[in-house]
Amino acid sequence: MSVDHTALSRPGDVAPLPGSAGVRSPAGSGATTDEVMAVVASRELVDATTCFVGIGIPSTAANLARRLHAPRLVLVYESGAIGAKPGRLPLSIGDGELADSADAVVSVPEVFNYWLQGGHIDVGMLGAAQVDRFANLNTTVIGEYASPSVRLPGAGGAPEIAASCGEVVVVVHQSTRTFVNELDFVTTVGHGDGPGARERLGLRGRGPSAVVTDLGVLRPDPVSRELVLGALHPGVSLDAALAATGWPLRVAPDLSTTAPPSHDELAALRALVAAGARRP
Amino acid sequence: MTELLRLDEAVETLVHDGDCVALEGFTHLIPFAAGHEIIRQGRRDLTLARLTPDIVSDQLIGMGCVRKLVFSWGGNPGVGSLHRLRDALEHSWPHPIEIEEHSHAGLANRYVAGASGLPFAILRGYAGTGLAAGVTNVAEVACPFTGERVSAVAALNPDVSIVHAQQADHEGNVQLWGITGVQKEAVLAARRTLVTVEEVVDALEPRPGATVLPSFVVTAVAEAPGGTRPSYATGYSERDDAFYASWDAISRDRRTFLDWMDAHVLAGARTR
Repeated sequence: MSVDHTALSRPGDVAPLPGSAGVRSPAGSGATTDEVMAVVASRELVDATTCFVGIGIPSTAANLARRLHAPRLVLVYESGAIGAKPGRLPLSIGDGELADSADAVVSVPEVFNYWLQGGHIDVGMLGAAQVDRFANLNTTVIGEYASPSVRLPGAGGAPEIAASCGEVVVVVHQSTRTFVNELDFVTTVGHGDGPGARERLGLRGRGPSAVVTDLGVLRPDPVSRELVLGALHPGVSLDAALAATGWPLRVAPDLSTTAPPSHDELAALRALVAAGARRP
Repeated sequence: MTELLRLDEAVETLVHDGDCVALEGFTHLIPFAAGHEIIRQGRRDLTLARLTPDIVSDQLIGMGCVRKLVFSWGGNPGVGSLHRLRDALEHSWPHPIEIEEHSHAGLANRYVAGASGLPFAILRGYAGTGLAAGVTNVAEVACPFTGERVSAVAALNPDVSIVHAQQADHEGNVQLWGITGVQKEAVLAARRTLVTVEEVVDALEPRPGATVLPSFVVTAVAEAPGGTRPSYATGYSERDDAFYASWDAISRDRRTFLDWMDAHVLAGARTR
């Protein structure tokens, strides 16, 4: 809930349930844009690691990874569920299914203080309403803080997830509304103002390693820490990605194309989403 | 020690206008029945502390009970916005409210300090964020041993903390299990505590992983079967996801909201 960030990716709108967005991706595989995002994000997760999971597309991606290439991925939810193995997609981070299937359920102070801050989580998956060129995130307000045009849910677990996880994968729809030159509010520090920022702030994790969008995948430059477009999804033009970015977007010289969702990936994703829809 | 009261008696005795009231329950075991009783009794000027203000907070805010909200994530999980919270912040309806906003880790540690009898707690967090700049009860401190800079958050000691649990016994010992959130800390930090329970039983059966709140930290217990709906109580009920989804339409419009509250919450007072 806290980390219900994907619910925020379209400020002011009601978020669709994961995978329910009917927008067809140009990928040609018959996948929707949300399905492409979930599949590509799931590929960022490595087997036998620990993942702090936000609700929405991050949760869809993490649960998908566990069903495909990462069966030993340990899912940690901020409700205190450690090693959750839900049979269906949870609607909230506190669904009973998460606790019932977990290796352990601990308190909220414990999950943040001991497990996250203690350095035991390899990767965090977050959404956002706004992202800037250094992958800093806003989930707090659109407009002025004191008189917001859109009041968003706020920080939840995100600031500490981004501070203390070994690395962070951000999943967000890409448009000039979300990819902004300047955040309206810095809820969560990614790479701050560039080289050395995380170290100066005492943030122990390495920060965002990838931003997965409906158009492609961006990664921080190893030196400048600025996001660089490294891959486009099939059928997405470079011009579209540039036009959907609120700053002059850097593009990798070896810009590649992501592999479209495979038959197995899509089948597993759709089974997962269908199971979630059959809740009582 | 603990008094076993009717819910209306308990709220009347323990919750006063102007109090700082913590209503905790992290998705699971949210004390809806107690929140509704606060609304029926027309409490005003409350400081509402809650990590995850969701529907019950939206209802308290929309009905004008809340002067200040202390929170860390205010939304309808998996659904979208809290429209009554947004209306209060964006349009001052029904009146302006003040907010003090944290991260989950920050607010959880405010309760930890309060429960520990300490003036503040420390954590790695807030650094570089807009939250550090604008929020009261957060400050940077130096480690006295190494000089390292970390964030301090002031203790939160609510006038009254209200939680929902599965069971209490006749002496007022309480047991809750499943996702237990920050309830133990909120109860131990508070001056007064009210626990609503699914049922009062003759004897609590020990359960691995359960949280026990002994009667000497519980001011009052009120039996409120189903008192956490549309949230849920592990072992008793399932989360009503469909209601969470339907709240979006109910709460979007002021009139629809007020009519719903009148029919489903205030009506409880008239029929008693």
